[in-house]
Amino acid sequence: MIQTMTLVVPSHPRYLCVIRSALQPLLLDEGFSEKEARTIVLAIDEACSNIIKYAYEQDSSKTIAMTLHFGGETLTVELKDTGKKPDLAKITPRKLDEIRPGGLGTHFISSVFDTVTYDTSGAEGTLLTLIKLKPAAEPGRLPHET
Amino acid sequence: MKLDMTTELMASGLVVRLQGDVDMNTSRDIPCLLDKAFAQATAPFKALFIDLSGVRYMDSSGIATLVEILQQCGKTGTRLRLCALSPSVRDVFELARLGSVFQIYPTLDEASQHGD
Repeated sequence: MIQTMTLVVPSHPRYLCVIRSALQPLLLDEGFSEKEARTIVLAIDEACSNIIKYAYEQDSSKTIAMTLHFGGETLTVELKDTGKKPDLAKITPRKLDEIRPGGLGTHFISSVFDTVTYDTSGAEGTLLTLIKLKPAAEPGRLPHET
Repeated sequence: MKLDMTTELMASGLVVRLQGDVDMNTSRDIPCLLDKAFAQATAPFKALFIDLSGVRYMDSSGIATLVEILQQCGKTGTRLRLCALSPSVRDVFELARLGSVFQIYPTLDEASQHGD
């Protein structure tokens, strides 16, 4: 049975830890290994950080809505903001051989999730959808294996 | 979540211990805390050890800060060594493929005893 949970937080960086704390136990319960759960939490944290930085330009009076759909073969995470829409052509992971601060968030997101989709067709803001196949759904793989 | 920093000047160099989560909310405090620690050091030092045993979470903003510190150390000729990374922090370094860019040690003892 697919279950849905939505968490809405203010767009201030202090609430990133709230999102992380909510996610971790649910991911483990869904059969992800500890390492997988950590990297999924990291990727979602990065996506939320990007919303604060780029969509809202550090305006902490807005909200980030995170919706999780779980219970089936995939984990789907939707992050909705009402801020500035991105230029989709510019959202590309940067080359890792450049040793410089910044620009790693998009790389982490695309490394962790199987599907990453930005929908800017709505009246305002962006809906980012992240999909990851769950461990039990991978052929030949036992749950909790890294 | 707050990030705390303590420092200790040893014969081998300055040890900086971070405690807490390093994310977008807290990573911006690190440069200022470090500047204060450097200013308060009672003797010059050629090595900076960052003990991450108390850091249970770090994201790309933390990595960016460490890269900036590495670049600053390069300019001053200060050796930078990271130690005691938690599994969570090691994951981030692995994803960023920065494991070979930094000198990383399992413990502070090993970091401070290893030669140049």
